[in-house]
Amino acid sequence: MTEFEPVLLANKDKDRSWTIQVYEGSGGYATLRHVLKEKSPEEVRKAVDSARLRGRGGAGFLTALKWSFLPKDHPGPFYMCVNADESEPGTFCNRVQLECDPHQVLEGIILSCYATGVQRAYIYLRYEYHLAFKRLTEAIKEAYDKNFLGRNIRGHDFSLDIYVHRGAGAYICGEETGLLSSLEGRRPYPRSKPPYPTVRGLFGKPTIINNVETLACVRHILERGPEWFRSIGTPPPPDDPQDPGSFGPKIFCLSGHVNRPGVYELPLGIPCGEVIERYGGGVWKGRRVKAVVVGGISTGLLSASELETPLDFSGPIRAGCLGLGTGGVVVLDETFPIVEVMYNGCRFFAHESCGQCTPCREGVPYALEVIERIRRGEGRLVDLDTLSEIGQAIGITPGTTICGLADGAAWVIRTCVSKFREELEDHIRRTNPQGYRRRLPPGTIVLPQGAPAGIVTRKVQTQWTIYPNYQLEMINKPTGN
Amino acid sequence: MAIALVDGIVVEFDERENLNGIQLARRAGVEIPHYCWHPGLSVVASCRMCLVEIGFRNAVTGEVRLLPKLVAACNTPAQDGLVLVTQSAKVQQARAMVQEDLLLRHPVDCPICDKAGECLLQDYYYRYGHRQRRAPWGPFTSRRKDIGEKITLFVDRCIMCSRCVRFTREISGTAELMIVDRGNHQEIDIFPGFPINNKLSGNVVDLCPVGALGDKEFLYKQRVWYLTSHPSVCVQCATGCSIWVDENQDRIWRLRPRENPFVNKWWMCNDGRYAYPYVHSPQRLVGARRKAPDGWCDLDWSSLVEELRQFLEQKERLAAVVSPFLTVEEAYLLCRAIRQVDPRAPLVLGDVPQVGEDERFPGGFAIAREKCPNRRGVEEVIAHFIGRVPPVEELPELVRRHGAQAVWLSGEYPQGWAKLEWLPALAELGVALIVHDLFPSALCDRAEFVVGAPAFAEKAGSYVNRHDRLQSVPAAIRPPKGVFPAGRLLWRLLGQEGTYEPASVLQEVARNISYFRAALGTIPPVGVDLKVNLLAVAENGTVNDLGTESLMIG
Repeated sequence: MTEFEPVLLANKDKDRSWTIQVYEGSGGYATLRHVLKEKSPEEVRKAVDSARLRGRGGAGFLTALKWSFLPKDHPGPFYMCVNADESEPGTFCNRVQLECDPHQVLEGIILSCYATGVQRAYIYLRYEYHLAFKRLTEAIKEAYDKNFLGRNIRGHDFSLDIYVHRGAGAYICGEETGLLSSLEGRRPYPRSKPPYPTVRGLFGKPTIINNVETLACVRHILERGPEWFRSIGTPPPPDDPQDPGSFGPKIFCLSGHVNRPGVYELPLGIPCGEVIERYGGGVWKGRRVKAVVVGGISTGLLSASELETPLDFSGPIRAGCLGLGTGGVVVLDETFPIVEVMYNGCRFFAHESCGQCTPCREGVPYALEVIERIRRGEGRLVDLDTLSEIGQAIGITPGTTICGLADGAAWVIRTCVSKFREELEDHIRRTNPQGYRRRLPPGTIVLPQGAPAGIVTRKVQTQWTIYPNYQLEMINKPTGN
Repeated sequence: MAIALVDGIVVEFDERENLNGIQLARRAGVEIPHYCWHPGLSVVASCRMCLVEIGFRNAVTGEVRLLPKLVAACNTPAQDGLVLVTQSAKVQQARAMVQEDLLLRHPVDCPICDKAGECLLQDYYYRYGHRQRRAPWGPFTSRRKDIGEKITLFVDRCIMCSRCVRFTREISGTAELMIVDRGNHQEIDIFPGFPINNKLSGNVVDLCPVGALGDKEFLYKQRVWYLTSHPSVCVQCATGCSIWVDENQDRIWRLRPRENPFVNKWWMCNDGRYAYPYVHSPQRLVGARRKAPDGWCDLDWSSLVEELRQFLEQKERLAAVVSPFLTVEEAYLLCRAIRQVDPRAPLVLGDVPQVGEDERFPGGFAIAREKCPNRRGVEEVIAHFIGRVPPVEELPELVRRHGAQAVWLSGEYPQGWAKLEWLPALAELGVALIVHDLFPSALCDRAEFVVGAPAFAEKAGSYVNRHDRLQSVPAAIRPPKGVFPAGRLLWRLLGQEGTYEPASVLQEVARNISYFRAALGTIPPVGVDLKVNLLAVAENGTVNDLGTESLMIG
């Protein structure tokens, strides 16, 4: 892939790259003019479909397929929501795009709205992106001035308005239906699907929700053609008919213990080790890799033996991770304790749980509490089974929650416990030499009525373990609120 | 008819019924545990207790394909070919996990919790929970938050099902309650200075599946396992909500709404819910007494009937005020008893209290301005005997014209007589009064007989609400000593054989008065619509039996 030429970040380093003059100077909005003049929305949709563009937000859903779910005979209006609430830990690619090249994103939005017949788009921007907000609003103003937005764009009968909505710093608003609820002015509780947003979304109307990077790709697909797009990336494996392949460029956010952290636009399917060694300049301080977060913390971890995993939509899944995620690659060196990774991940997800579904609201803080005990040196080996059980049971994949963000917490726990179990066991044995074998936590009272009728024996009934400091603990314990 | 399979049991249903998985399973006799779902509220599918495996059955091949993941039954519409699996190991694990999660920070203070005994968290933990707690931290204290005049919130007992929040938004339309904060810090709260004081607020306590919302009127008064529930009808307004009377040893401790899709759905108002204390008021009239030259002479049960009969026969010309608080049966017996002695005696409808306007709520619930339970029933009974329904204001005029010498006054107004303007005019005529009432009033001073009457929960009988729905209920508690239920008194007065049976009297009423024709046969718990059946009689000339409407319990 030596001939790979970055397109999404091509303007990044130019002077005043966020202004419309620079953007148009490097060929920007030419595609839009051309498409408005020459192509029908149907042709745009066909181009995106044949490019097999998959959503860059995390789930990797085929963009053209999502668009095709819009109802055909609906009186409208349709809405487009651009998900720029980038809050996955380790991810900052949308930020760079919106700060350095907002017009590229706008052009992608306009083209996508043209393709789907949307006349009103909302950009849901993460609150913390102050500079992006400033440059994006300026860019929208410039686009209105040049009539790339507004009524009858460039003499065409297609009209589009774009509004920027700033979130309030909640991770859950990055979930597509949580985002819709938040835009509507309600508590950002994700909604049960079906109905999917493409059928019943914002204000009850059909709504398309796409990521910033996905829409930026649309612009390049139309400029260079679907064949160019399909020449980058990995084709579908012949043995898996479900996999549509991973094509196109992807922005990877490299951070953690590497020499050159940063944002790199690379072809999909590049091996994880190559990203670290060739682009990241290797692990810092001459150390070796212990683990790599593939695409934001919610996708889970790759161990050092899995560095050959190709970073495309299916590679991390084969390596036991949730998926490609957002492309936020975080490298952890050999000295970094895995229990800290779990602790940090769980703390984040416990803090950011919206609180709607019981398994996520209560289960993730439960896991966090267990991990905190392990960190305090009160861990027991049986805790790892509990953690693994929680990790297996939470999320939209087992079906116990409404949205997919609970899976994030689950996959951190799951991959840490399954791939680094030896290290965790060592840690527990080392820090809690007295009690690591205990089955029950101190202070447990075994209640006799819990046992089934046939097995209640005298032995069970007399098995009352009274912790000597029980009373004291009760009083000293913070109430958790 | 569509067909679904629930744990291998075939259920037939109509897709237009819009059932969900929980309701569908209930048809098959399978219980799916749930917290956040309530038939009267919107679906949020957030508690995740009702997780089941679902699949679809190919109608042609009979092949069943199960979805790989669990699905919330409350959010699964029943459709043809649906297969529900509610007992598999996967489902049981998920339920145990939800139970464990809900109890992680729950204070488990059941010994001092009002809900203990009727708490879903308790019930489900015994049925679906883990055998032992493995969470490594101990119990918590339960913070208490005052959120309204009648309602208090035990914050840490809450399981965040959001039923109460949805109730205030969808049914009462007042939206006082909300969820504040996020994740496991979130709790139910009010906006400062805007407590939950709406007229339906008591319902949130019934809705709460755990002991988080407490009713200040009931708090720490009784353990629920000492209470016995009896079906009854609220008599505070003409809506006639179906209720449960919860009593312990003839003392009422609380009233709860009883599900009735035709009257009150699942709700009742605070006016009705908290009105019961008058039943146990020490001011109530008990015993029977007759005016004697030197004051009052107390009468016992056996002599009362005899003396009343002699008195009425001696007076010959009579009149009666029939209270809208009487049951249909009592009103009928009263009219019959009076008319037996004096076949031309005037009968008037007692005062019908009216307060303000009807109060309607967005969820469809309405509090009627007419504050009595049985105006329609009593009107029809009176109309049957005298052809029209004179209001109580006409009483002096009717008495004068008829030359009546004694008037039977039935009252039973919980708040006492609202209007007595007609009393001086009546007193001028010098008639003797027989007062059968709950509380002492100006009438008692001029009465010849004063007889204590039973309150609503102390008597069995039927009420007809303002939409012509007749509900028959049994007595919930025994009346205090010395109170003579009108039905029994009149039954004896009429010289009838045996004991007073409201059901058989109602059958007699239904046979004799066409308005009550639909009440023939057994009355279902939800009552019968007399108006619909009247139309059916008019159209077909036969009685249409609608008494078998199926009842879904929430």
